[in-house]
Amino acid sequence: MKHYSAFAIAREALRGHTGWERAWRKASPKKRYDVVIVGAGGHGLATAYYLGKNHGIRNVAILEKGWLGGGNTGRNTTIIRSNYLQDPSAAIYEKARSLYETMSQDLNYNVMYSPRGVMMLAQTEHEVRGYRRTAHANALQGVDTQFISPERVKELCPIIELRGPRYPVLGALWQPRAGTARHDAVAWGYARACSDMGMDIIQKCEVTGVRSENGQVSGVETSQGAIDCGKLCIVVAGHSGHLAEMAGFRLPIESVALQALVSEPIKPCMDVVVMANTVHGYMSQSDKGEMVIGGGADGYNNYTQRGSFHHIEETVRALIETFPMISRLKMLRQWGGIVDMTGDRSPIISKTPLGNCFINCGWGTGGFKAIPGSGWATAEMVARGEPGPLAAEFCMNRFREGRFIDESVAAGVAH
Amino acid sequence: MLILTCPYCGVAADETELAPGGEAHLRRHGPDSSDSDFEAYLFLRRNPRGLHLERWRHAHGCGKWFHAARDTMTMEVLGTYPAQVTAPPPEIVHASDADTA
Repeated sequence: MKHYSAFAIAREALRGHTGWERAWRKASPKKRYDVVIVGAGGHGLATAYYLGKNHGIRNVAILEKGWLGGGNTGRNTTIIRSNYLQDPSAAIYEKARSLYETMSQDLNYNVMYSPRGVMMLAQTEHEVRGYRRTAHANALQGVDTQFISPERVKELCPIIELRGPRYPVLGALWQPRAGTARHDAVAWGYARACSDMGMDIIQKCEVTGVRSENGQVSGVETSQGAIDCGKLCIVVAGHSGHLAEMAGFRLPIESVALQALVSEPIKPCMDVVVMANTVHGYMSQSDKGEMVIGGGADGYNNYTQRGSFHHIEETVRALIETFPMISRLKMLRQWGGIVDMTGDRSPIISKTPLGNCFINCGWGTGGFKAIPGSGWATAEMVARGEPGPLAAEFCMNRFREGRFIDESVAAGVAH
Repeated sequence: MLILTCPYCGVAADETELAPGGEAHLRRHGPDSSDSDFEAYLFLRRNPRGLHLERWRHAHGCGKWFHAARDTMTMEVLGTYPAQVTAPPPEIVHASDADTA
């Protein structure tokens, strides 16, 4: 793999950009791998990367039904934050956030991490109390957040209307080190690094069956033939239930479409991320100048990658209340992603009823921010056969045992 | 916009007039049930790619609960039926069989 650097750009500029190589190899499946990962989205690729980097397991294939990063990794609003209430969530999201800080250097790939700060507006007395509590919890967890005044909110984001027609801004939970990153680059950077370690990334390869003997997975059937594996790791977000069914177990998951939209590009007008959860909308400005807007999740399960039309109106209405200046913006694109919702709105990083089969799913509406931490924790579990401290609390048995990690209220997004 | 016909009042209602109630025909377990039974009742869901039987409430209409059969891949509605049953009517099951055949 050729190193990307300012020098490389200068060298290529002088010879007409003829020396760039493919970021990752095109691979066809071998007969057997030590680990097969299903799903080449951010979480699957990060799992593969840390398997190689932290645990020296490099005979790995990453299978992808569509194209790399074409699922939720390319469909989110790129927000990265770790201001969660519960200890296990704060631990894994903070791990992820801290890995994002150095990811560009680590992967030698510019993921454009921008720690511009995220604020979650408090617009009712209950929200003020809730976010004050989260700020205290974060202080104990070592996550840097503050509860800030409305005046400070206006200072950080002048385009906010503090006295909207329905809910005034009473303060905000502010995480200065949170921010955004280029979502595609995260997938591409991991893919390039995995390919460089000798791993095979196989696109357009749909898993159609899971073979098992005596409670152990022996391989998978795919659209490109059978592949044997020592261990199997399922990282397929919205389609987890479908894969679990092939492997013969059920999950506490329902899949729904979550929407996002972007406006036409305008001059820079906000340099922070703002989430307004009472009216339900969140917005940031991309480097291209588009306003990136997060919408609502459907109330009923489906796999349409489209979402209910009325959510667009609700989301835009909420944001016009909060940012009156955007009322004449045209929206350019709208899309949906299939997110996997668990009963407690926290993810699953777990062993399964099959001994050498592992699963990472259930990230719901907040998976992008977790990618490096999730990959780190999942790789540790796959390599050792047992979850480490970051993953242990997220085992799927928690639903049977009543040990919920209840982020339904604290997740920041109304579900 | 998803449109379901309420089997009680006959109104073809937009989804904004309805409240979704999740998977239908779940069986609640009795007092001697195990933790696994209750996990299945409370949390495990079929979450199919295809025919999904589900509960809805005509919240901004007649207020009644009812059932709907919907395809989760195409959003096609195969029919709605009253709440006081534990399984879908045969014509809906047949319609979905014909779809997959």
